[in-house]
Amino acid sequence: MRKFTADDALRPRFSAADQARAVRGFVTAGLVLLAAAVGLGLVAGATQGVGYAAAVGGLVLAGLTGACCLLAALVIRFAALVGRVLLTLALPIFLAGVVGLVILAWIPALLYERVDGIKAAQAGGVVRVAQFEAALAGGAAAGRGPAYLAALVLWPLQFQLARDVLAVVGVVGFVSLVAMFGIWWERKVAGRIQSRLGPMRVGGWHGWAQSLADGLKLLQKEDIFIAGADRALFRLAPYVAFIPAVCLFIALPFSAAWVARDLEVGLIFIFAMLGVGVLGVLLAGWASNNKWSMLGAMREACQMISYEIPLGFSLLVPIMTVGTLRLTAIGEAQSGGFHTWLAFANPFTFTAAVVFFVATLASCKRAPFDLPEAESELVAGYLTEYSGFRWALFFFAEYAEMFAVAALAAVLFFGAWHSPLPAHWGAAWADGPLWQRAAHGLLYSGPLWFVLKGFFFFFVQLWLRWTLPRIRLDQVMYACVQVLLPLTMLALLGNTFWLWLVRPGSWPAVAVNLALTALGGLAVLGMVAIVLYGYLNRRRLVGPMAVDPLPGG
Amino acid sequence: MEEKVLQGRPDILVDADRDRAGGGLRTEEMLVNMGPQHPSTHGVLRLMLRIDGELVLECTPHIGYLHRCAEKIGENVTPVQFIPITDRLDYLAAMINNHGYSLAVEKLLGMEVPERGRYIRVIMSELNRIASHLVSFGAYGLDMGAFTPFVYAFREREYILDLFEQVCGARLTYSYLSLGGATQDLPEGFPERLAQFLDYFEPKIAEYNQLLSYNQIFVKRTAGVGVISAADAIAWGLTGPCLRGSGVKWDLRKCVPYDIYDRFDFDIPVGLPGGVDGAPPEVVVGDSWNRYYVRMLEMQQSARILRQCLQQLPSGDYRAKVPRVLKLPAREVYLEVEGARGQLGYLVVGDGKPVPRRVKIRGPSFCNLSIASHICRNVLVADVAAIIGSIDVVMGEVDR
Amino acid sequence: MTAAEVAELLIARFGSAVEPAPVEIHPGVRVAAPVWPAVARFLRDDPRLNFNLLRCISGLDLHPEPQIELVYDLLAMRAPEAPGALWSSGGELAVRVTVARHGGRVPSVCDVWPAAEWHEREAYDLLGVSFDGHPDLRRILCPDDWVGHPLRKDYEFPKEYQGIPSAAAAAEGAGGCGVSR
Repeated sequence: MRKFTADDALRPRFSAADQARAVRGFVTAGLVLLAAAVGLGLVAGATQGVGYAAAVGGLVLAGLTGACCLLAALVIRFAALVGRVLLTLALPIFLAGVVGLVILAWIPALLYERVDGIKAAQAGGVVRVAQFEAALAGGAAAGRGPAYLAALVLWPLQFQLARDVLAVVGVVGFVSLVAMFGIWWERKVAGRIQSRLGPMRVGGWHGWAQSLADGLKLLQKEDIFIAGADRALFRLAPYVAFIPAVCLFIALPFSAAWVARDLEVGLIFIFAMLGVGVLGVLLAGWASNNKWSMLGAMREACQMISYEIPLGFSLLVPIMTVGTLRLTAIGEAQSGGFHTWLAFANPFTFTAAVVFFVATLASCKRAPFDLPEAESELVAGYLTEYSGFRWALFFFAEYAEMFAVAALAAVLFFGAWHSPLPAHWGAAWADGPLWQRAAHGLLYSGPLWFVLKGFFFFFVQLWLRWTLPRIRLDQVMYACVQVLLPLTMLALLGNTFWLWLVRPGSWPAVAVNLALTALGGLAVLGMVAIVLYGYLNRRRLVGPMAVDPLPGG
Repeated sequence: MEEKVLQGRPDILVDADRDRAGGGLRTEEMLVNMGPQHPSTHGVLRLMLRIDGELVLECTPHIGYLHRCAEKIGENVTPVQFIPITDRLDYLAAMINNHGYSLAVEKLLGMEVPERGRYIRVIMSELNRIASHLVSFGAYGLDMGAFTPFVYAFREREYILDLFEQVCGARLTYSYLSLGGATQDLPEGFPERLAQFLDYFEPKIAEYNQLLSYNQIFVKRTAGVGVISAADAIAWGLTGPCLRGSGVKWDLRKCVPYDIYDRFDFDIPVGLPGGVDGAPPEVVVGDSWNRYYVRMLEMQQSARILRQCLQQLPSGDYRAKVPRVLKLPAREVYLEVEGARGQLGYLVVGDGKPVPRRVKIRGPSFCNLSIASHICRNVLVADVAAIIGSIDVVMGEVDR
Repeated sequence: MTAAEVAELLIARFGSAVEPAPVEIHPGVRVAAPVWPAVARFLRDDPRLNFNLLRCISGLDLHPEPQIELVYDLLAMRAPEAPGALWSSGGELAVRVTVARHGGRVPSVCDVWPAAEWHEREAYDLLGVSFDGHPDLRRILCPDDWVGHPLRKDYEFPKEYQGIPSAAAAAEGAGGCGVSR
């Protein structure tokens, strides 16, 4: 093998000749594919039914691939220019991506509505493609044309199986996006707390594509196996940790109508999924054939399982207040505005909210309870021997869980998907045209508020992690058994008596409600003030010598 | 008690009977290695722990991973050539190492250092003490899981390293203080920049105390952990903040003053009992929290000394005339200075040649670390990190 | 107390086993190896002396004489009258114990000053002095299977260690720590 010298490092990776060849290749491929697309279009013009659909499908595929090839040729040829353009447009690209995702998430809901409408009009039974086409075209079924294609797309959506598959795809996609966004945001928040900037380069604007780059890097890493490690368990452990974290989201409602499965026992299901995650951690620690990993795994199991008790108790409080295990019902019970949020109902629900948040910190292994991952003591605890994509899966699972419990806190105690404004003020807009429904979602009640609240509590978790030191294991256990458990039992008991003795609407209930609401409002205003102050002073440099040049410089 | 040696490992003693003593119930003890590559042990230190679950039954430090034969080199190079080697002993406080060795050889030769040179030496030593304590503060927070104070400490340290870079061009291993004084004079405007830094830095210590020292979680992790009594501290040869944290008000700069330290007015902070002078109530004299807090207070005192130095700084020569060929007289000297981690001692034996016959370095961390096996008994694994962090070892001067 | 006064006290008590050692500028006493632990205990416990801090144990190879001299540097730290006040120094002392190079044994003073544990291990490791009664006498800085005592003046650097050839073996005619004179 030729030695790699300094000149090799400075030279661009692909020579000019290689680049020209690549451009030629892509252009040729692109033109050929476009020609094929045109041909298929002619074929489509002559057929109908399944043949028509296949031809159109082929046309779209060939056309898109051909266009991509031509685009690739363009990018290679004008790489420098394209790079500059991307960098200047980095922020608009990011925002466009976000908006695009929102629209992408909304489209299935609109499609389902259309399908449901057609099904209802057909009065039962499986609706055939021709009937769809007739309904869409408002007349005869021709077997070709845009109505036929639209019918083909809508036909599977009448089956629950297809909807479930879409839901799972959506959930997995959302979880991945949340994890990637969460990792990027954690690094930015950590940087800001530590008076530095965090990722700034990858993708241009504040390094927004950093997680993407990290994910791609991890995918192509070498698959390392430890000698003496249990192969099957070692491979299995990340999935056992990741899958329950994804399953959580199936029962988690983003809005009253936006939930993959509105389970009657939704809360129990989520609680169970949080518990199953321990198994993955234990497997990882055991299968790594490493004493430190095993220690980390044992500590984690101890911590997680102990904290499920106060967690469960604090969950009982909103269940009791609302009277159901259905998360959508608990969410809808808080639709009357800021003061109807369950955390402000009485002091006991407030306590339960705080205890819930602390207990979920422990169950997500976040600082100050991050002993299982304590870098300073156990290298990385149960994660020590994992690298590459398996490690990424553990991290995805952790961030997904973090967002899930943050969102759960929002759903159970802090108004779910409702804005501080009472939902009935905007009730008229809930069923109107598209733009009215969008406005309703933005102002009063919608998935956007759910996601924002979830990320707010996510941010509080990050904030605590980068500020507080780590608690020792025996102190963790002490906090669980001797502080949180009595507190949460008192909260439960108190809530019981409160619901029994105090009539809703009576003056004690209203007074306490107003007091707690004021407290909550003050907290929110305080945080807004901090954000504003930080933004106004964002360019202030630390220290007197930040711009002091060296002598002679 | 039958003690047998584990196969091939004479350093591990296993009590075979104790395993059987529980009436047939054998609880497995684990032998775990912390280090030599480990985020928490400061440097290449290997701690062999015998643990029963979370409880540490025995802790054996293994050192020598950073042994670079400094003393053997000292027998083959001239004193001026040896100064860069002294940099690398306690590499976080290199100026103090240079200072100590220069003082030892100057005492051997009977050489006088001009006034300005002596003030420059004290300025550099105290500034380096602050930088070293900042690392200790940040790294200890990191060990306890507080990630942010580490970055703040290093931010302040960057300003100090900038100052050092302006003075001698280096950021960590300076070789600036040499035989006869300093190798170069202070650059233009240095006293003003140092004063500017002190104005910026002194209020920060109160901030750090609020962020970390009085934080309830941090206090719970460190208060009452690894308590060393004053008698034990002296018997085991502990010096520096470890000794002062146990309540012994002893500092070479005040008790056996060397160089010009008797001209400055400063206090010696010692370990505080709980509830006194702002110390949290759970704190005990001689515990890890006190050893850490003494360093925070020492930073304030060093800043005080620096301000007095700036006021008193004279003009004139910064270095005495050092002859080109220097023959060391046939004498012996042992001289100690107060390093950032304790008393740093140099024994230099001359025998008429340009190179010494023997150079022995008494590294304070070497003596401070020897108590680790004595106090890391019946503590939790997490406490071992707290104890080692509070002793604040730098392996460079342990292994030399 | 000065070194001369200490020497007087010790000679009065231990007789000819102790001699004054007025080495320039590191004065002290010379003690015979067999009585050294008793002298050490006296130095630490006698209220006039109170040498409670063992600062350093340095080994000097007196090559070409077949002897190794151990220098024990002691410091007397006096507690103050009022609690919380500054401690003061009661003087320093250098105790010299000479021992044969081959097979020389010195009684350990770990019982008197626990600080001696690691210092004596270092003297054993680098100079080959054995200490009787030491709880754990093994190498401390060099690897456990190292051959030889590096700080001796007649030490030859090994040609290889665990199969790895050393730079000394590779360089022509160069031995020890190659440094320009």
